[in-house]
Amino acid sequence: MSRASAIQTIGIPLQPEPAPKGHSLWGDAFLRLRKNKLAVTGLLFLLVECAVFAFTPWVAPYGFETQDLSNTLAAPSALHWFGTDTLGRDLFTRVLYGGRISLLVGVLASLVSVLIGVLYGATAGFIGGKLDSLMMRVVDVLYALPFIFLVIILMVYFGRNIVLLFIALGFTQWLTMARIVRGQVISLRQKEYVDAARTMGVTQFRIVLRHLIPNSLGPVIVYLTLTVPTVVLEEAFLSFLGLGVQAPMASLGTLISGGVEVMEIAPWLLLFPAAALSLTLFSLNFLGDGLRDALDPKGAKD
Amino acid sequence: MGLGYLVKRLAVMVPVFLLVVTLVFFMIRFAPGGPFSGERNVSPEILRNLNAKYHLDKPLMEQYFSYLSDLSRGDLGPSFKYANRTVNQLIAESFPVSLELGAIALMWALAIGLFAGGIASMKPNSFWDYVPMSFSILGICLPTFVIGPLLVLVFAVWLEWLPVAGWNSWEDRILPSLTLGFAYAAFISRLTRGGLLEIRNQDFIRTARAKGLSETRILVVHSLRGGLLPVVSYMGPALAGIVSGALVTETIFNIPGLGRFFIQSAVNRDYTVVMGTALLYFALIFVCNFFVDVAYALLDPRVKYE
Amino acid sequence: MMGKKTIALLTLTALLGAGCTGRNQPIEKDVIVIGNGAEPKDLDPHLVTGIPEHHINQNLFEALVSVHPETLEPIPGVALSWKISKDGKEYVFNLRKDAKWSNGEPVTASDFVYAWTRLLKPETAAEYAYQGYYIVNGKEFNTGKLKDPSQLGVKAIDPHTLKVNLVNSTPFFLGLLYHHSLYPVHQKTIEKWGAAWTRPEHIVTNGPFILSKWETNKIISIVPNPHYWEKEKIALKEARFLPIENLDTEEKMFRSGKIHITNEIPLEKIPSWQKDSTGVYQTHPYLGSYFYWINVRKKPLEDKRIRKALNLAVDRERIVKFVTRGGQLPGNVYTPPGTGGYEPPAILPTGATRLEEAKKLLAEAGYPGGKGLPPIEILYNTHEGHKKIAEALQQMWKQNLGVQVTLFNQEWKVYLDSMQQGQFHLGRQGWIGDYNDPNTFLDLFISDNGNNRSGWKNPAYDSLMEKAGRELDLKKRLAIFTEAETLLMDELPLIPLYIYTRNYLKSKAVRGWTNNVQDQHPLKYVSLDHETAK
Repeated sequence: MSRASAIQTIGIPLQPEPAPKGHSLWGDAFLRLRKNKLAVTGLLFLLVECAVFAFTPWVAPYGFETQDLSNTLAAPSALHWFGTDTLGRDLFTRVLYGGRISLLVGVLASLVSVLIGVLYGATAGFIGGKLDSLMMRVVDVLYALPFIFLVIILMVYFGRNIVLLFIALGFTQWLTMARIVRGQVISLRQKEYVDAARTMGVTQFRIVLRHLIPNSLGPVIVYLTLTVPTVVLEEAFLSFLGLGVQAPMASLGTLISGGVEVMEIAPWLLLFPAAALSLTLFSLNFLGDGLRDALDPKGAKD
Repeated sequence: MGLGYLVKRLAVMVPVFLLVVTLVFFMIRFAPGGPFSGERNVSPEILRNLNAKYHLDKPLMEQYFSYLSDLSRGDLGPSFKYANRTVNQLIAESFPVSLELGAIALMWALAIGLFAGGIASMKPNSFWDYVPMSFSILGICLPTFVIGPLLVLVFAVWLEWLPVAGWNSWEDRILPSLTLGFAYAAFISRLTRGGLLEIRNQDFIRTARAKGLSETRILVVHSLRGGLLPVVSYMGPALAGIVSGALVTETIFNIPGLGRFFIQSAVNRDYTVVMGTALLYFALIFVCNFFVDVAYALLDPRVKYE
Repeated sequence: MMGKKTIALLTLTALLGAGCTGRNQPIEKDVIVIGNGAEPKDLDPHLVTGIPEHHINQNLFEALVSVHPETLEPIPGVALSWKISKDGKEYVFNLRKDAKWSNGEPVTASDFVYAWTRLLKPETAAEYAYQGYYIVNGKEFNTGKLKDPSQLGVKAIDPHTLKVNLVNSTPFFLGLLYHHSLYPVHQKTIEKWGAAWTRPEHIVTNGPFILSKWETNKIISIVPNPHYWEKEKIALKEARFLPIENLDTEEKMFRSGKIHITNEIPLEKIPSWQKDSTGVYQTHPYLGSYFYWINVRKKPLEDKRIRKALNLAVDRERIVKFVTRGGQLPGNVYTPPGTGGYEPPAILPTGATRLEEAKKLLAEAGYPGGKGLPPIEILYNTHEGHKKIAEALQQMWKQNLGVQVTLFNQEWKVYLDSMQQGQFHLGRQGWIGDYNDPNTFLDLFISDNGNNRSGWKNPAYDSLMEKAGRELDLKKRLAIFTEAETLLMDELPLIPLYIYTRNYLKSKAVRGWTNNVQDQHPLKYVSLDHETAK
């Protein structure tokens, strides 16, 4: 990615300032997270990446659409760090702009899908019975709707709208999330502590919110980190339908799919965008795993 | 659970199926463009002839009911795009291919995914964790449209060990099934590791460990059952997806499977094929999720289905 | 433990061994394998519309008049000879007596009467029915105004004499006869099997080959027709057409020796194949023109000066050299040069002064330096090649004129719908000629042509085109076309960009496969030389 973040990954340990000595769940979690070197590296990488993306228009050496037709498919050099594409545009610049969009789309759409998926799945799993059955059949129906038509129709009625992009992306992803959470909750709701809470007269809503959801967070976080790249790549498919970014702007997804076509002639056009996505994902995963470990009090010392 | 549960579930399927038919039928008609638009316009007179031939000139409700009546006889209608074939024929030709490809890919995915996830969960945050998990992340970042051409380039073009494309001999099965299975393996390994880590801190595992059982034994005998729940949840949609969603793999390796009809029929506005594939997909999802729920009950005795 | 290790070792050797035996086996002798693009819609000559279907059909069926693969001149097909009346409206064909269907029955004049009636019958719903509109009462019958097929201008005088009456003298009629919509079809087979008559187990054809196998999305295989009148001339034992939609896969299959001829070459790989010295790279001009429609109903494009400025600011040399890169001809003209002996007038300025002129025109129209110009959008359907051209044009207009143009891609059918509704400013089009005559291109801009998406209507142009349709003298006719195209290039409801080339790969073993602008490759003349292949 950027120069700054490259140094960061080599691992100059930047100590965050000492946390207050809290004893809350989140305070403890933060303390534990800080000890996890990989998670901290991941977090720092993401922070630096966000900073670079925030200032992309000032950091980028060229315009994302500026062409130089006499210098197409140039190999990486001092002038063009990542080389140039089939229209002679600077790939480094395009990866910066593309990464910015993709990270935004990936994280936002994943969060949307997780939010819907967790609430829906937990409700279905906890209440069970007829409602569970009904809610899960709704999920089945939604799976079966041809996605491509859904997007086209949404576009016809609502035009090219960035909100639509998140709806379309979140739509496909929350379904599986809901199934996973429901599965977790079904097995958790029989646990002793849930029974205990119930006998103590805790409301159902609080049981779901305070006991069942936090205890299913492990798989949720894992699935969330898996969702981000899926969403980023799916955005490329939506570009195919005319939703998503419009040329000449790029996203990591469209850069990667364009890179495949010139894999044998100009491998850097595939390599750099794929590396940018992978590095981001590595960081997200380490952070996600760190968070999961940190949030699980039983796993504190093993 | 037992026969009663199965009957109940099937009874539920009928209205849900009808709902899917109705939703999809009307939904696809709202999209712009029809089956006969092309780079060249068909003149209004000829378009009228075409619409009459395929009964598209009738009122939409009439078309809907005649579709339902055909469907009740198991007739999915003629394809608009592939004029001399019916949807039934197209599915009959391509579904077995997809099933075979999907089954092999699933074998790879489960074998690689469970193995890698299992190894990684035994010693978290060690070398044995990082290596398989890094591969898994790579597997997710490199989608099929990257992995496929890459495998072909290395094993078929450079090394010349395996065929480039086709679906004739058993060698033709290796690269596409690996390509398709890879992404699923990555997901499965992550979910397996997560699920196993979750369960290894639970009391009964601690007890087992205190009794001095070996880590391998603990993993295989005790943790796998509970730890696999997220994987099992994921398998329902994954199973359906792996059989029907192989579009990219099928195009890269030129395999005559069902996957490509899902997108192509939508792009062609081949209404009958869109309906056929959507209904088939729904049936697949339904069956897979049913098996998943059964597997759930088997893995976790506390789960009950009334 | 030993057991496990042995198994692991065996698996590994099996995998490696598979590698060695599973290599790309040589293709059998005299079997040609051809990459053929998309899966055919059908093989019914009246229903198909695409090029992949034509590649196969031209070998399964024989038309009245065939085409010479090198000169593209009409040569005898089922008809041995023909007579044309003085006014050019009546054709009498004398059919050969040894022409047979693949079931051994003779091909007669009434087979053509049946076939052309079927083409025009409204219930057939043939998209190419208009190819029969040249025949007397063809249009009336097809549109339902006339119910009696016996009034069509096609008659069987006797089993071997066919008389055709045309509405107008149609100078390109002989060339049209080679079009698949006018092939003969076998009545009894169609009546017996309905839509399924083109399945390999039912189909009856009259060409040099017959269909032997068809697996959807996998293979279509044809073998010589034992009843064909010139069967001893056919050298091939079998031809296999593989539907390969992924160009990259196709190219890799060619490199590993699995196919003899590819349908295309991936855009980005053309330059490296051009450098290849083994002679497998093939390129030739093709009867097609790539251009942008300008929607003259939209502001500011109703102004001819803006249209001309946009045209002048496009550097077509750079487009073909750096963007399309397949050896295309820069589209300084609209009709492909050489179409039916026609040379289009080169009136679009190409010199260095054109940019000055463009800026001047823009200023005259009231938008100096592009200031105040209403937004213009390029609409295209999602496709890497279209996107690249749109991106390059956007930059050219920005740099050369200061005009800001936005891009918008749509899914294929949505795009077609927008174009049809006139919901666009600039939209792309690739127009492939149906026959080797300028009419197939210039006809597109007639006011009432359903495919004229520009909204441009010009009575002078219409009357010129009508005049050309009536002119019998070739030279005078071409002069009228020149006049029409000059008018078109002055009014500019379009931005011509390039004239197509076909780029593909052909194994050196293939003989008798000649390149021509219409991409006609009858396999009857093709053979394989296995010595050079090694």
